[in-house]
Amino acid sequence: MNIETQDFYTQAILSMSALVGLMSFLMLGQGRLPRLILVFAMQGMLLTLTAILAGYELNSPHLYISALLTFALKVVFIPSMLQKQVFAMNIHRDVEALKNNTAVMLSGASLMVFSYYVLQPIIHTSSMIMLNALVVSLSVVLLGLLLMISHRQAVAHVVGFMSIENGLFFAAMVATDGMPMVVELGVAFDVLVAAVLFGIFFFHIRTSIDSLDVDMMNKLHEVER
Amino acid sequence: MNWAIAIFQTVLFVALAPLLASFLKFCKCRLQNRRAPSFLQPYRDLLKLTRKQPVISQDASWLFCVAPYIIFTMMILAATVIPLIAVDMPTSESADVIVLVGFFAFARFFLALAGLDIGTAFGGMGSSREMTISSLAEPAMLMAVFTITMTASNTDLSGAIHHILNEGATLHPSFVFALFALILVAVAETGRIPVDNPTTHLELTMIHEAMILEYSGRHLALIEWASQLKLMLYGVLIANLFFPWGIAQSFTIGALSFALVALVLKLIVLSVFLALAETVVAKMRLFRVQEYLGFAYLLGLLGMLSHIILESTR
Amino acid sequence: MIAVYLLLALSVLGIAFFAFTGHHKDIGKLNTRINAVSLGITIWLATTVFQHGTILSGGKAFLIDSFNVYLIVLTAFVGFTTSLFSAPYMAHEIELGKLTEGRLKLYYSMYQGFMLAMYLVLTTNNMGIMWVAMEGATLATVLLVSLYRTPESIEAAWKYFILCGVGIAQALFGTILLYYAASQIGDPENALLWTVLYEHAAQLNPKILDIAFVFLLIGYGTKIGLVPLHNWLPDAHSEGPTPMSAVLSGLLLNDALYAVVRNKMLVDGATQSHIAGYLMMGFGLVSFLVAALFLHRQKDIKRLFSYSSIEHMGLMTFAFGMGGSLATFAALLHMTVHSLVKSAIFVTVGHTAQIAGTQKMAKIRGLIKTQPKVGWGLLIGTVAIAGFPPFGVFTSEFLVLLATMHNYPWLTPLLLLGIGIAFAGLFRHIQPIVYGEKPEGQSAIKANLIPVMVHLGLALWLGLAIPSFLSDWFSQATLLISGSAL
Repeated sequence: MNIETQDFYTQAILSMSALVGLMSFLMLGQGRLPRLILVFAMQGMLLTLTAILAGYELNSPHLYISALLTFALKVVFIPSMLQKQVFAMNIHRDVEALKNNTAVMLSGASLMVFSYYVLQPIIHTSSMIMLNALVVSLSVVLLGLLLMISHRQAVAHVVGFMSIENGLFFAAMVATDGMPMVVELGVAFDVLVAAVLFGIFFFHIRTSIDSLDVDMMNKLHEVER
Repeated sequence: MNWAIAIFQTVLFVALAPLLASFLKFCKCRLQNRRAPSFLQPYRDLLKLTRKQPVISQDASWLFCVAPYIIFTMMILAATVIPLIAVDMPTSESADVIVLVGFFAFARFFLALAGLDIGTAFGGMGSSREMTISSLAEPAMLMAVFTITMTASNTDLSGAIHHILNEGATLHPSFVFALFALILVAVAETGRIPVDNPTTHLELTMIHEAMILEYSGRHLALIEWASQLKLMLYGVLIANLFFPWGIAQSFTIGALSFALVALVLKLIVLSVFLALAETVVAKMRLFRVQEYLGFAYLLGLLGMLSHIILESTR
Repeated sequence: MIAVYLLLALSVLGIAFFAFTGHHKDIGKLNTRINAVSLGITIWLATTVFQHGTILSGGKAFLIDSFNVYLIVLTAFVGFTTSLFSAPYMAHEIELGKLTEGRLKLYYSMYQGFMLAMYLVLTTNNMGIMWVAMEGATLATVLLVSLYRTPESIEAAWKYFILCGVGIAQALFGTILLYYAASQIGDPENALLWTVLYEHAAQLNPKILDIAFVFLLIGYGTKIGLVPLHNWLPDAHSEGPTPMSAVLSGLLLNDALYAVVRNKMLVDGATQSHIAGYLMMGFGLVSFLVAALFLHRQKDIKRLFSYSSIEHMGLMTFAFGMGGSLATFAALLHMTVHSLVKSAIFVTVGHTAQIAGTQKMAKIRGLIKTQPKVGWGLLIGTVAIAGFPPFGVFTSEFLVLLATMHNYPWLTPLLLLGIGIAFAGLFRHIQPIVYGEKPEGQSAIKANLIPVMVHLGLALWLGLAIPSFLSDWFSQATLLISGSAL
């Protein structure tokens, strides 16, 4: 199963998955919010392309609908909403000093190895595309978590949250040729509602702590003092 | 015959290096709305420097005088290893990519020693910075190069290029990472923006310039030429390793001249990109260089990983 | 089957009605009426299932079997009684000026939204839709947690949103893995239906299912509030309006556990190993013990009882994980009585907080002297939840202990220790609150204690004698889940 012997579709999907993973890494190291959002939109674009590619190759038209939904939500709607928030808060010039950037990056790489390790048992039962798509999507999910841990801005948390969704969508699309339509529509609806709610929350957080820095939300403790 | 072509190729390498530097300068000047100096200016500079008598500090040891020759020799040796217009050269078969990295390291070692030798503050500072950067850049470079050589199952550059040419148009996810990693490393190693600024003479930000501050005359000429050669070496390495199409696989005049044209085109594209990047990006603070190189290493590592995970046989 | 459609349609209508029509004076009563009708429909549904067995809707979209039908009735019941309580409670909050009318409309609309999501989780035959509905439940309640717009409540809501959202994303990954395993046996369009999955359970790849279950447990476990994924739960419970805490504790946690148990049934069928059970036992036991210890360090009365919820959910997860007919029966019973008692407690806690004007336990004193009904309600509720006979919690905890002694005798001391610690933790806080002299400025309010009495009465009844139709029901569900009759 060397890559040279695979067909073009496999090669293209594998490259896409590598790029989707790369986008997650780029997001991880990004201190400026506008760029972070841009990279997020690029990841969305890659997903759209993957959906179109998969829809064409596997002859399943409903993947085109997924592609359209992804494009509308992940490339246009959510990034523009976040961008607007960032400019409204006048934090687009702030550079977030990331603590231990190198350590975060390297732990990101180890998360990728970890996700391969987790999915190792299913190697023998799956084709190359499926296994790798699952590995990459799991690592995108984990990297999204790491992004949320390492950043302090609420906007970055939303980007992390949504990139987790991206990873899941990638798995659903490539590994299983898309979930049943009704489920996919439901998930897209949830993402849309979540995005709108995030917008509402930004407004609330701003009015309550006058910042979008989640480190300043520290009133509640596990054990009260 | 093969040896003749190999020597011709090396001579071509050495001769074209200043031209590449001047073309890069030309692109940069045009992008920044300035008038560019003539393409021959680097040659004139080198000629002028060789005519002048070198001034050597009284504290300098023999090392200081020997270093430029060693550095220049190392670069020429490196040039013999990298295929420029044809593969299967007897010279490039005698040494593989690890030796190539070794040549670079050897040259750097002597440059750093020379910087320390005189005992001025700037020389020592430059040496220490250079060694810091290279200690971070070298693993990243090896990672990136190993990704390619693992795909080809061959650490020989000619062999790797052959392999890539023969398998036809294959999309390698790992190559994308390796390419980016190698570009980042190349920028750092050749002392370009955003890691170092080759045109700066602002003492506190210098790295490469600080080490060679005490050199003059023909010694300086050799070192300048060597650093132009290094830029060319990296450029050709990237161009021919990732986009080898056009390189001559047989030693006919037609194939060789076609390869030369292809190479020139590749280098033009590459230098336009480099000039664009240097115009857009600002120089980094020194303390952020480790993040930059850490990222390069990460990309190299990801390339290696995606080779193992995505591409290799199970 | 028409009952299911009616049930869902009613909730959708409720959302739309509260969201788009103008303000009503009797908005609370209207909500109560909708929930009362829902309760009626579910009872009708339950009798149908009781008589005819499992129902599968025409398009295979909905599945009602003996396991979920009793949870549906419980959901409708708690939803109804809580709405009884919430009408005067929210009216009082408006009087206090904590809320505006617009937000009250949001509250009622989202109350119905939450009920819709809960019904959908329980009735759907498609595990993908179940995920969507579960996420929908989070989305519906997240704005309710921040209803008061205080910095604390916004922080709690944000935490709730992010943690549950991220957690449930893991469940989606598990679902995708399961779907991937299921689509390998053909018929990908129907591969997520429970009926299809159970039918082909033995053919599914056990390795994939093992991995998938880990993700599903982490995902839905976040919603259950399993330690260490529980951080959102006390915050969301303490900062939101009290009726919300009652339905979160009484319903949302149950439904998340329902999702986990459904998946466990599937994984058990496929892997023939007990790995899923061990995972659940481990998580459950840790949650149970950690939450019991945390009870001692609380200062906020709603946080106290939300930790108690974590403790009980841990116990149920443990019991379901143990498997076997006795443990499963006990867990089902515990689910019921915990829902009843805990929502009753939150109702009294809501009244208590309104009486004292604070949720800080150190400032609430002499409740029996201030308003005896609320004071006794809180005390009896606490006695019930701590597992005193003759309440139902005692019966179910006793059965769990019995099953543990039978299967894993060496775990029994840990369980007993946890129950003891939790008991002490609850009473050291509640005892000074209900007894003692009342402080200045604490006066009685208008309270509706009918839900409390009904819930506690039912819990008492279940403790004294489980009616035969209910025990039949539980036996059927036990047979379905554990594969063996009691």
